[in-house]
Amino acid sequence: MVGLEHYLTVAATLFVIGIFGLFLNRKNVIILLMSIELMLLAVNINLVAFSSFLGDLVGQVFTLFVLTVAAAEAAIGLAILVCFFRNRGTIAVEDVNVMKG
Amino acid sequence: METIILFAPLVGALICGFGWKIIGETAAMWVSTGLLFLSALLSWVVFLTFDGVTEQIQILRWIESGSLSTDWAIRLDRLTAIMLIVITTVSSLVHLYSFGYMDHDPQWKEGETYKPRFFAYLSFFTFAMLMLVTADNLVQMFFGWEGVGVASYLLIGFYYRKPSANAAAIKAFVVNRVGDFGFALGIFALFFLTDSIRFDDIFAAVPEIAETQLSFLWTEWNAANLIAMLLFIGAMGKSAQLLLHTWLPDAMEGPTPVSALIHAATMVTAGVFLVCRMSPLMEYAPAATGFIVFIGATTAFFAATVGLVQTDIKRVIAYSTCSQLGYMFVAAGVGMYSAAMFHLFTHAFFKAMLFLGAGSVIHAMHHEQDMTNYGGLRKKIPYTFAAMMVGTLAITGVGIPLTHIGFAGFLSKDAIIESAFAGGTSYAFWLLVAAAAMTSFYSWRLMFLTFYGTPRGDKHTHEHAHESPLTMLIPLGVLSLGAIFAGMVWFNSFFGHTDKVAKFYGIPYAEAGEHGSTAEAHGEASSGTSSDAGHAAESADAGHAAASTADAGHGDAKTEEDHEAAEGEHHYVFTGAPGEGALHMSPENTVLDDAHNVPKWVKVSPFVAMLSGLILALWFYIWNPSLPARLAENQRPLYLFLKNKWYFDELYDVIFVQPAKGMGRLLWKRGDGDVIDGSLNGVAMGIIPFFTRLAGRAQSGYIFTYAFAMVIGIAVLVTWMTMSGGAN
Repeated sequence: MVGLEHYLTVAATLFVIGIFGLFLNRKNVIILLMSIELMLLAVNINLVAFSSFLGDLVGQVFTLFVLTVAAAEAAIGLAILVCFFRNRGTIAVEDVNVMKG
Repeated sequence: METIILFAPLVGALICGFGWKIIGETAAMWVSTGLLFLSALLSWVVFLTFDGVTEQIQILRWIESGSLSTDWAIRLDRLTAIMLIVITTVSSLVHLYSFGYMDHDPQWKEGETYKPRFFAYLSFFTFAMLMLVTADNLVQMFFGWEGVGVASYLLIGFYYRKPSANAAAIKAFVVNRVGDFGFALGIFALFFLTDSIRFDDIFAAVPEIAETQLSFLWTEWNAANLIAMLLFIGAMGKSAQLLLHTWLPDAMEGPTPVSALIHAATMVTAGVFLVCRMSPLMEYAPAATGFIVFIGATTAFFAATVGLVQTDIKRVIAYSTCSQLGYMFVAAGVGMYSAAMFHLFTHAFFKAMLFLGAGSVIHAMHHEQDMTNYGGLRKKIPYTFAAMMVGTLAITGVGIPLTHIGFAGFLSKDAIIESAFAGGTSYAFWLLVAAAAMTSFYSWRLMFLTFYGTPRGDKHTHEHAHESPLTMLIPLGVLSLGAIFAGMVWFNSFFGHTDKVAKFYGIPYAEAGEHGSTAEAHGEASSGTSSDAGHAAESADAGHAAASTADAGHGDAKTEEDHEAAEGEHHYVFTGAPGEGALHMSPENTVLDDAHNVPKWVKVSPFVAMLSGLILALWFYIWNPSLPARLAENQRPLYLFLKNKWYFDELYDVIFVQPAKGMGRLLWKRGDGDVIDGSLNGVAMGIIPFFTRLAGRAQSGYIFTYAFAMVIGIAVLVTWMTMSGGAN
């Protein structure tokens, strides 16, 4: 029987993978976007799992919202990325340090 | 009508001060002057038709805060009515006078506009002064008190290009603040004790206050004495009494009309007015009134001695003012508030006239103020001479002894000296008599040096000395009428028999023998009316009615007796409770009767003093003009002591000014320069850049570093929340 804790474990695992993807990745900005997506999905799993567990549909409605926002965010992220590539000719994360103090 | 009297000067000041560019300079000046004359006219109507019953005219609700509820209201009683005519009359005449005096002032270049500003300040001063005297509560009075302080500051410093004028203005303002601090403390104490600042409430609570002890400056005080003292300290500052008098002579830096209006006739008498207004409190504060008598008498004496040797014509009159204010305080201190008001009233006329006359002389002599450069001006400026002569006769107190015929100062000054004797303070009596002799001496000295003898000083100036224009002579003429007749006309109202004075001020009174029964009748009457309306004015009215029935009962006996013969018999006593009528004199206060019954030699003594002063002045300055110089040479230390005003300025310089300057320098150099500027510089140029560099190094610019920091932060936060139990 698959219980709540299994879902939570999967979600937590995905989330941590997403986090590590964020800051261990030095090469590719696309991987950053993917990691963010992964983290959002992890949260979605959490929401759905609790929604089903508590018998409350609000969690699932919320998930739909998150998905929508995530799609928009991905679109914007990719657009920025394209612009970025046109300007700099590279999308390596290591080369992006104009914020250096 | 009272509202028009109060606000006409304000409207005039606003139109003149802000509107002169639109309506033109001359029109602006006429507007303010015209409104002042309107105000003066209405004041006389109010004064002459006033029936002695206190009225309150509410203008607006002013301050509401907690239990403090303050209306802005006009309190119209006899005191206010007297002050109204004094202020508006002198002020309107000074406005008129300024047309001539301020024309072509050498302080300003051709084409510069200064006159509308001057007139606006004068009108503003008048408004503030009217606020002071019409006040129905202490805060309103304090507003007027500070308002006249501001106006005084602006007008003393009117010649703002003269550093000495600016210094004098600042000095006047600062010295007044010392007194105002006492006044403010007095108001606070009254509010603390009575939970109200309205005069009616305070006066009603006075007997209670007199029973209260108050802790102040680590000592237990009788509350009535303490409050009376504090209020008197305020009065000392405004009225230039000893210790706080140093600003008044310096205030003569202002234009002469200002000296006449503010520093002779009106503002400086505000202190006397305050003491008279608080008469119910003063009656219950014997220690404080003793102090008032002491200070008043000492000031009268001190200022007169200094006046003897001054050579600046305006300073002589300034010290004379200071001295006369001392007289008024003595009268108020011994409980003869009506005599104090009497002298205030007559003094306003003759002193304003002396100042305006002096201004006329100064005008004629091209702004030369040193009397040693005058002489023989009698023929050159005859009208001014005549006016100054009337003023001198009035201030020295010329009259026929033992009668009520004489110049204004004769009646009021004698009233005060007799009151001082009757009040049982021989200290005050003798000092006042001595001061009267010196008053006579320095006043005649002024006259002789200015108008008699041979012309001294710059020949050219003397050749061009000319009589002043009509706008300056008319005020002199009007004021000289006041200086001659004000005393005789109103003598009975101010210092006549108890019943006359009581009726004038609306104080309930009764015949001495039947004090108890009349008081009973009075109590009945007031309880009858108070059921209709529990208003203070109503009960005062009732008291008045009861009093007049008492009067009617004994009217026959009184009319049969001759006025002079009635003197010496104890006929009437004041019976009013505190707050009834304009003044309060307790039934035990018999100074008025005693003053009428003083021995003959006491009554004659001021006259003798006046004569001796006159003869001495004649001897010094007419018969033997070389004598003063020789005397000054012989008595050099004494002369220098007087010439330097008893070294008060030097003393204050050492005690207060230098330490204050030293402290200021310390705070400026060490406190401001080193501590504040130093620490600001240190923080801005040392510590902040250090942290900036530190923070800059943490900014790698790589997104994954920031993400890592964020995650670490969240981890720490979550851990901490878990460990500490979160929001629970």
